[in-house]
Order: sequence, then C-alpha cells, then structure tokens
Amino acid sequence: MAAIDVVDLVVAYGDRRAVDGVSFAVAEGEVVVLLGPNGAGKTTTVETLEGYRRPTAGTVRVLGADPCHQTALGRRAGIMLQDGGVYPSMRAGEAVALFSAYYGRRSTATALLERVGLTDRARTTWRQLSGGERQRLSLALALAGEPVVVFLDEPTAGVDLAGRRIVRSVVRELAERGVAVLLTTHELGEAERLADRRVILDDGRVVADGTLADLRDRVGRGDIRFDARPGIDVDRLGARLGVPVRSAAPGRYVVEGAGTPCLVAALTSWLAEEGITLDGLDTAGGGLEALFDRLTGGTDE
Amino acid sequence: MSAWSAHTAAELRLQLRNGEQLLVTLGIPLGLLVFFGTVEVLPVDGTDRIGFLVPGIVALAVMSSAMVAMGIATGFERSYLVLKRLAVTPLGRPALIGAKIAVVAAVEVLQLAAIIGVGLLLGWTPSWAGIPGALGAVVLGTAAFGGLGLSLAGRLRGPLNLAAQNALYLALLLTGGLVFSLDRLPAALATLAALLPTAALATVLRATIGDGTHETQAWVVLAVWSAMTPVVAIRTFRWW
Repeated sequence: MAAIDVVDLVVAYGDRRAVDGVSFAVAEGEVVVLLGPNGAGKTTTVETLEGYRRPTAGTVRVLGADPCHQTALGRRAGIMLQDGGVYPSMRAGEAVALFSAYYGRRSTATALLERVGLTDRARTTWRQLSGGERQRLSLALALAGEPVVVFLDEPTAGVDLAGRRIVRSVVRELAERGVAVLLTTHELGEAERLADRRVILDDGRVVADGTLADLRDRVGRGDIRFDARPGIDVDRLGARLGVPVRSAAPGRYVVEGAGTPCLVAALTSWLAEEGITLDGLDTAGGGLEALFDRLTGGTDE
Repeated sequence: MSAWSAHTAAELRLQLRNGEQLLVTLGIPLGLLVFFGTVEVLPVDGTDRIGFLVPGIVALAVMSSAMVAMGIATGFERSYLVLKRLAVTPLGRPALIGAKIAVVAAVEVLQLAAIIGVGLLLGWTPSWAGIPGALGAVVLGTAAFGGLGLSLAGRLRGPLNLAAQNALYLALLLTGGLVFSLDRLPAALATLAALLPTAALATVLRATIGDGTHETQAWVVLAVWSAMTPVVAIRTFRWW
C-alpha cells in the first residue's frame, strides 16, 4: 500500500476546478515533487491530503485513512505550510520545544534546531527571522513528531543556497529512513535535485509523472545543445551535419537533431578541425526546463 | 508535560512578554485606579470613592484580558496561520480553547491581585461576604467578553481586528459606569449602557463586594451576554 494515494481527485472552488482529475501515489521512502506553474493546483492537492479541504470528487488516502479525520493523522504526518504557522513573537527555540511537547518528545527540541542549522537563532523571534530561516524553522516543526509521511509546500521558497542544501539533506535523510515525502515547488532546479519522481501539474491536471529519464523518454530525445565561442558559422556546420544548427544566444548553439553518438561525433570532429573549444554539451534536450516547457506549453516559469 | 499544559505555558509567556498587552491588561486599569482614587476630579455622589472605583476597575480588567488581549492575539494568530498549523498537530481544538481560557484566567488572577492590593493600599474596605458572588460575576463576564473578542477575531483580519477591539474597548469603557456613575450619562444613553455587559458586570460587582444591594437586572443582563456571545463566536469563527 502506498503511503499517499490520490485517485481521480477533483477539487472545485465554485465553478472553477483547481484540481481536475489528478491521480498519483507516493510509496514509503519515496520523494515525489509536485511541479507546476503558479495556479496549477499544487497547494490545493497538498492541502486536500493534509485534511484542510474535502475532495469534490475522487479519493485521497494518507496511510490508508481519510485525512479529513485528522486526529490520528496529526500524530503521523509532518506538515509544512507555504507560509506562516508560528506565533510572530515566539522564539525559534520556544517553537521547537512547544511542537516537541505536542508529540510528547520534549528532548528532541535542540536536535531539531540543529538539524535545520538554526541553533544560533534559538532566541530569535519568528518575526525577526529571515524568510529562509522561517522556512527552515517550519521544516523543523514538521519533523517534531518523527512523522512517517511528510508534506512540504514550497520548502525552498526564499531560502538561500546554504539553506537549500540543508533542506535537501533533510529530505534525503527522511527518505532513507523510509518516510514518504511529498513536496511542491515551481522551481525546476529544486525539483531536479530534491526528488526521485516528479508529477508535473498544469491547470489542475497531471501532464507528466515519472523520473527525469521517464519524462525524457515520454517527450522524446531532443536537440543537442552546446556552448562554444560566439560567432561560429552555423550554416557551414549545419551543412556538414545534415541538420539545421542555430544560435540560441551568443555562445549557445542548438543542433536540431537527436543526440545520437554519430551526430555527436560529427559535431565534435568539425569543432576539432576548426580549432573551437567546446565549453558545454547537452544531448538530453536541455534537462527538466526544456521538458517542462514542452509539457506545459511554456506557461509561466 | 501534556500538550495542553505546554501550550498554555507558551501562550501565557507570550502574553506576559508583550508590552502592549500588559499596558491594556494591567497598566490602564491600575493607572485609572490610582489616578481617580487619589485625585478628586470626579463626582463621588456621596459614596466612598475607592469603594466605587475598585469594582469598576475589576470589570475593566476582565474586559481587557478576556476581550481585548485575547481577541487581538487570536486575530493575529489567524492572520499568521498559526491556528491553521495547530489544526494539524495532536493538540486539537478543545485543548487549544482550554489553553486560551486558562491563559485568560491566569492573567485575571494577576490583575485581581494587583487591583485588590492597590485598592487596599488606597483604603478600600471590601465586603468580604460578597467575594463568592463577585467571582461568579467575573466568570460570567469572562465568558461574555471572551465571546465578544473571539466573535471579532474570528472574522476580522489582524490590523482591522486590532482596531475594532480597541474601539469596542473604548466605547464600553466610556459607557460602563466604571469610573463614574451611569447617572452622569444622558438618560437614553444610560438606559442603553445598562444593557451592555460592562456596566452590568460593574454593577453586579459593586452589589457583591461593595454596598450589598441586590441587582437583579444587572445579573440577568450579564448572564444573557455570557450565554450569547460564546455561541456567536463558535458559530461564526473562522480558523484560517
């Protein structure tokens, strides 16, 4: 049984269907990211799983139970809201101590602060924490009950580079311990780094679900992109390779053909003949960003 | 320590650390008591000044802790999604509400101790036999004002809620017969004021720990408010 199971979920606000027939599952020890532009239905989906909203149609199960019956779930699910959630005048140390006490685990408070790198901010109030520090404190609070399933809504929004590393290492650690993690982001880079699997939402529907390799297979292998000095004669290169070549930006080039070994060999030998240094080469169609653009029709991010 | 007691201790600490809240719950009542108890600016209508003032100040204190302090704090907790977050912890709504009642009760104990202490220093001679009745009135008043504060906090957002609580506080302070008798108000206003919870609580307190006359109408008014406002708050409250 999956830790999180969503089947044909529909959530409507009046006439508008914010979520329109979404299905996916998250297994124990799996990290799944809901990725999509703003308004795609990510937060609505997560909040339905957290028990804040009732499905208009379809079913959601968290640990086999209906999340609307919160009491039992409250002990086993760790939840990080998109923002807020802490008394503005409460200190970080007080917040982790209080949340630990809710779960009868008073001794874990200092360990929680340390885990998210906020030990030196223990006496700072929520109001005085930076945006990234607040996110990390919220993450610590989500972990206070040693949950077996964790929901993180935009955990890296406003978080600096060091903070992102902490968030990533916490997420990995949770997965290693067998915790099912569902998180949302609209940032492609984070989606690429954080998760095993990505469920891409657009306008309330799932447009793709899988690992990066799955998604590539689904969309089809794309172009070859490479970086080199600006001003290469793309027409001559195109004539040699037998496929069109264009310059996407100064120093960035796109060979409009599938990245087969033959084509790559032809490209690199021409560059060698011309004495041009290759600064970068990508045969996977530009990674998640290009896939995402194709899947969502390039809306938003 | 249980979730409830940990939460109560945490909210009480926030409340006692907040300067604006302390000004409303302790500063203003004690300031009014000392000022009007020592400076003869108000008519005393033949009764003793302190004997009139102390019950009124107790009523003001109940209004400030149960309505203003808790109402403002709860409104901000809604705005900052604290209540939304707490809804998905094992704390649960009954324990959260229980903690808020306990915090208000604890602040009231502090207020009563301070007001009675200052009152005694200023020469107050209470009618000790009336204490149980007065405590009953304080409980009813707490329910009435708590219900009022939460009715506002459950619908209005942070700053708007703050303004509404303070405006209501000022209106009820001026029409409450707290530092001067309701007779001083225009007749129509005095009749209306007697139907409001502040004047009712002050009147009942004066009847119990003051001169001892029975005040049936004020008890009825107070009881009706205390039964009504919590129901309105429960029916209308939005947690986030």
